[in-house]
Amino acid sequence: MEPTYRLRRKNSVRKYGVLLLMMAPGLAYLLINNYLPMFGLTIAFKDYNFSKGLLGSDWVGLRNFEYLFKTEDAYIITRNTILYNFAFIILNTTFAVGIAIALNEIRSRFMSRFYQSVLLLPHLISMVIVSYLAYSLLSMETGFLNKTVLPFLGLDEISWYSEAQHWPFILTIISLWKGAGFLCVIYLAAIIGIDPEYYEAARLDGASKWQQIRSITLPLLSPIIIMMTLLAIGKIFYSDFGLFYQVPLASGALSSTTQVIDTYVYRALMNLGDIGMSSAAGLYQSIVGFVLVLLSNYAVRKFNKDSALF
Amino acid sequence: MNTSNQGKQIWLHLPMLALAAACLLPFLLLVISSVSDEGSILRQGYTFFPDKFGVEAYRYLWHHSQQLVRSYGVTVFITVFGTAASLLMTAMLAYPMSRQGVPWRNTVAFLVFFTLLFNGGLTPTYLIYVQYLNIKNTIWALIVPGLLMNGFNVLLMRTFFMTTIPPALIEAAQIDGAGEFKIFWRIIIPLSMPIVATVGLIQTITYWNDWFNGMIYVTDSRLFSIQNILNRMLTDIQFLTESKFNAQLGEAGANLPSTTVKMAIAVVGVLPMIAMYPFFQKYLIKGITIGAVKG
Repeated sequence: MEPTYRLRRKNSVRKYGVLLLMMAPGLAYLLINNYLPMFGLTIAFKDYNFSKGLLGSDWVGLRNFEYLFKTEDAYIITRNTILYNFAFIILNTTFAVGIAIALNEIRSRFMSRFYQSVLLLPHLISMVIVSYLAYSLLSMETGFLNKTVLPFLGLDEISWYSEAQHWPFILTIISLWKGAGFLCVIYLAAIIGIDPEYYEAARLDGASKWQQIRSITLPLLSPIIIMMTLLAIGKIFYSDFGLFYQVPLASGALSSTTQVIDTYVYRALMNLGDIGMSSAAGLYQSIVGFVLVLLSNYAVRKFNKDSALF
Repeated sequence: MNTSNQGKQIWLHLPMLALAAACLLPFLLLVISSVSDEGSILRQGYTFFPDKFGVEAYRYLWHHSQQLVRSYGVTVFITVFGTAASLLMTAMLAYPMSRQGVPWRNTVAFLVFFTLLFNGGLTPTYLIYVQYLNIKNTIWALIVPGLLMNGFNVLLMRTFFMTTIPPALIEAAQIDGAGEFKIFWRIIIPLSMPIVATVGLIQTITYWNDWFNGMIYVTDSRLFSIQNILNRMLTDIQFLTESKFNAQLGEAGANLPSTTVKMAIAVVGVLPMIAMYPFFQKYLIKGITIGAVKG
């Protein structure tokens, strides 16, 4: 058996040589961009030294992790990352589903398309532009809120970029503003896919619009809502770096409420040059992130085999 | 009946109009601020109704546009070149994975898929690109790290090839004597324009909007993209008035209309996206819907 198998394999390699060659650039890229950094994660256990490089640096065991978890930072960044993500998941999902249902009820095709396009617009622009929009609203001296809205309401000006307590709200609103339109398109596609016969039957039975939404749309939409939510939970240890770094203008005064794992890794690496701490936090994120993806995928599978990632 | 239904429709339109306004008004504020008079902004703040309009910000940009034009060139180049390279590599990896009989195709599929689950994170990636590949302050830094190819797009394309291209078509072409590369180029790609358009669009937006690679790998102002200029101007308030940006303009920052210029540059950075939006939003919505149904 063995020789013929080998022969067959040899023949098929020759036969498909061109196809195998076609894959080479892509595979080379994955090796450099994805796989080498995975092995590079070992630097979390090393005392990184630029002149000795990745392989040559000395092993230090878990010392980098000891340093990281002894600081207050580890607690703050974990708490912030998880709480923000929970808030984003709950609010963005609720809004997106609500908007999708409303859009589906609107009879004017033109207006429905118009709303869809406009709500998706924020999704398209870079976080840098978002931080300009935020700045035009929040700037201390020239911001729209301080100069127009707050005086109109008879309130004092607020120094937005130095008072940390406002940022959980600001960042949540911005995440909603930027993300809800995108999610909404997904849910709207799912709603449009629902068999119209359900609604016809319900109408014949005299069900009101509200009853139809509650007993047809929502139940039929729930698998995709649950799937999207579980996938988001799988990514709960990651956050949008731009949102947490750019929008608060990288202000140190706000770090108690705007620092998340991603921005911490960046700061430790680029600003402090603390490669040990940075890679320890990065590995902590990668491993917990990996476990969460596996768990949430397992949950999705239990729930609906077809929608699982694997 | 009809009138009561129309009454109900109003209750749908009101909140939707409010949300649409919330999405559009910040952009409007940006544009109006950029065409306001500098003095008005200093007095009133950024506002929808400035006392006085003025195009001094744009005039300033027009006269001192060296860096800006260069950055535009950098952005256009990385967007066009990056998207083209990305599409080619993605399709060339995805297509063999879709063909029955190709050896190691499942192994390759797993290797692609695993990158979606686990990654090395910023620190090792940065060290590898900087220490071993010397990518710092080269144009490649804006194109290659993290952006060039994405496992998700590869799987998306593979699924498209598997579900829409009948194997009989490939066999027929082989009988007619077409080589594998010719089949790929002349048959598969033309038949796969919907997915090519979708992935191409995703990549165009990604490259146009990217500022992260520029921020971590580039310190040479000749390689700043538009997003990097914007980024530096805002996080480093001094940048506009003191830095190389101005030195290159060959003028002291004293008479710089800085509050309006900031907004004018932001308008210049976001304009192409918004101008193209009506043309590609159909594909974008289609792409999101395909993407959601997983690769």
